[in-house]
Amino acid sequence: MSVTTLPSRGHALHQPGWLARLFDYKPFLIVMCLAPAIGLLLVFLTYPLGLGIWLAFTDTTIGQRGIYIGLENFQYLLKDPLWWNAVFYSIFYTAIATFGKFALGFWLALLLNNHFPLKSLIRAIVLLPWIVPTVLSALAFWWIYDPQFSIISYLLVDVLHWRDSNVDFLGSPWPARFSLIAANIWRGIPFVAISLLAGLQTISPSLYEAAMLDGATSWQRFRYITFPMMMPILAIVMTFSIIFTFTDFQLVYAITRGGPVNSTHLLATLAFQRGIAGGELGEGAAIAVSMIPFLVFATLFSYFGLARRKWQQGEAND
Amino acid sequence: MTDVAAQSSNVASATPDTMAWDSRARRVVMIYLPLACFILILLFPFYWMAVTSFKPNAELLNYKEHNPFWITSPTLAHIKHLLFDTAYPRWLKTTMLVAIGSTFLSLFASTLAAYAIERLRFRGSPYVGLGIYLAYLVPPSILFIPLATVIVQFGLFDSPLALILVYPTFLVPFCTWLLIGYFKSIPYELEECALVDGATRLQILWRITLPLAVPGLISAGIFSFTLSWNEFIYALAFIQSGANKTVPVAILTELVTGDVYQWGALMAGSLLGSLPVALFYSLFVDYYVSSLTGAVKE
Repeated sequence: MSVTTLPSRGHALHQPGWLARLFDYKPFLIVMCLAPAIGLLLVFLTYPLGLGIWLAFTDTTIGQRGIYIGLENFQYLLKDPLWWNAVFYSIFYTAIATFGKFALGFWLALLLNNHFPLKSLIRAIVLLPWIVPTVLSALAFWWIYDPQFSIISYLLVDVLHWRDSNVDFLGSPWPARFSLIAANIWRGIPFVAISLLAGLQTISPSLYEAAMLDGATSWQRFRYITFPMMMPILAIVMTFSIIFTFTDFQLVYAITRGGPVNSTHLLATLAFQRGIAGGELGEGAAIAVSMIPFLVFATLFSYFGLARRKWQQGEAND
Repeated sequence: MTDVAAQSSNVASATPDTMAWDSRARRVVMIYLPLACFILILLFPFYWMAVTSFKPNAELLNYKEHNPFWITSPTLAHIKHLLFDTAYPRWLKTTMLVAIGSTFLSLFASTLAAYAIERLRFRGSPYVGLGIYLAYLVPPSILFIPLATVIVQFGLFDSPLALILVYPTFLVPFCTWLLIGYFKSIPYELEECALVDGATRLQILWRITLPLAVPGLISAGIFSFTLSWNEFIYALAFIQSGANKTVPVAILTELVTGDVYQWGALMAGSLLGSLPVALFYSLFVDYYVSSLTGAVKE
């Protein structure tokens, strides 16, 4: 490319100052352009990530510099039933919520891929749960799950007469766990549906026409065309979904704060309770760091488990 | 009979998914009914939020005499309480400041970064892009404890400035990838012409590339605004004093008091706190959808 000769020509024409020439010097310009983004990420992301791993090996508390104590925090966690409880619920929550989100979200995407009146309006409405601040919709769920004035209980008891007593949504462990998962699925459906809808719209209709000519049923068309073609985008959306469900914090913190009897603690809420509220920064950091192996595993699993089928879109299998 | 056949073939040519569906009734059961259920469930919490905000307390806690799904005597008492007896306007202002500040900071940083990666093409630029993308996969739940100590070290604890500086960690990766996609779609020849005419690189970015990338900038901007408006865990961990809190944190920590929850005020606060993003959203729906799907596809 002739780029290298051009600055001198500009120089001859306009006689720009040394500053302008400096900013036209490509290596300098590259550094200047990348500096704000890379700087922000290094200072507020990479450095804290390293610091967090370091803190996990110290006994730092708020207001007191800790010393290196090796694996003691982790050994303590391994003996802590609350940590195991949080690990169990984090995995359970992620598994059930991800399954629910993708089953319902895929269904909604397929529904939205049809032609019907007011389509764009409906598509806009569908995204609302995802746009609104999670904590605020979580508060609405908290109110919906109220032990005394729950609207669901009202429906079941006073309108439909299916039950005699109010549903105790958040008062005992298992109902509370499932109530939180339901709220998470509600919030996650729009993201999955709209992303998958974008994927559905890229599938060429000629594939379906060819399948129709060969006499494929609608289930076969879904199973052998839609589903395989959606695999790459499913893999990406699922990776994101798993990461952000596993590390969810807001929903649980807003609705139950880990209760009743610590049964709904996720690792993130437990880390917050110990690290920030309890002041044990070292232990909190250890809990946060203990999420990393799960995240790496989940990411690799969903990414490589699903995305290796790139050849199905005619791309090279890398 | 031929009419029905023509109609169904019409539908079939429109979308592949409806090809085998031959009757209107089946279409209603397979599409409209499930769709109606989805919309009902997805919207109900908002309806419930709105109904609760305008209900007087007597109706709110008495389902026997009042139908809970409707309001017989609507009241603005909860909203009045919120606006005049609490620091709600102050929280709104702080949230707005933080959201706008971090949006502009991340747009600035990510536009330059995307331009450098996509257009200045240097050795290793794909790796820088990948590195920025990987940053998006680091969830805030892992970072908030060490970040809190970093914020204290910088003397920014309890200051909205801390949030403005920290939010770009999850906004920049997203915006950069979105903008790389947009820059890719702008023909490189335009820039080459400008180079030949003696424009400097920064002039090209400012006069040619950016004006063409406006839709991308709007997408990235509204997305950043929404994400920073909704952010919770950092705002909860880094802000201590009631006056500096953002709306989501303040409602949960300042309005939830005692054993008897003020559901009317809580729901009114949630409704008001959701309105700015919902309004923003209704103005820019298409940008939201394109940024959401664009980011996933990249």
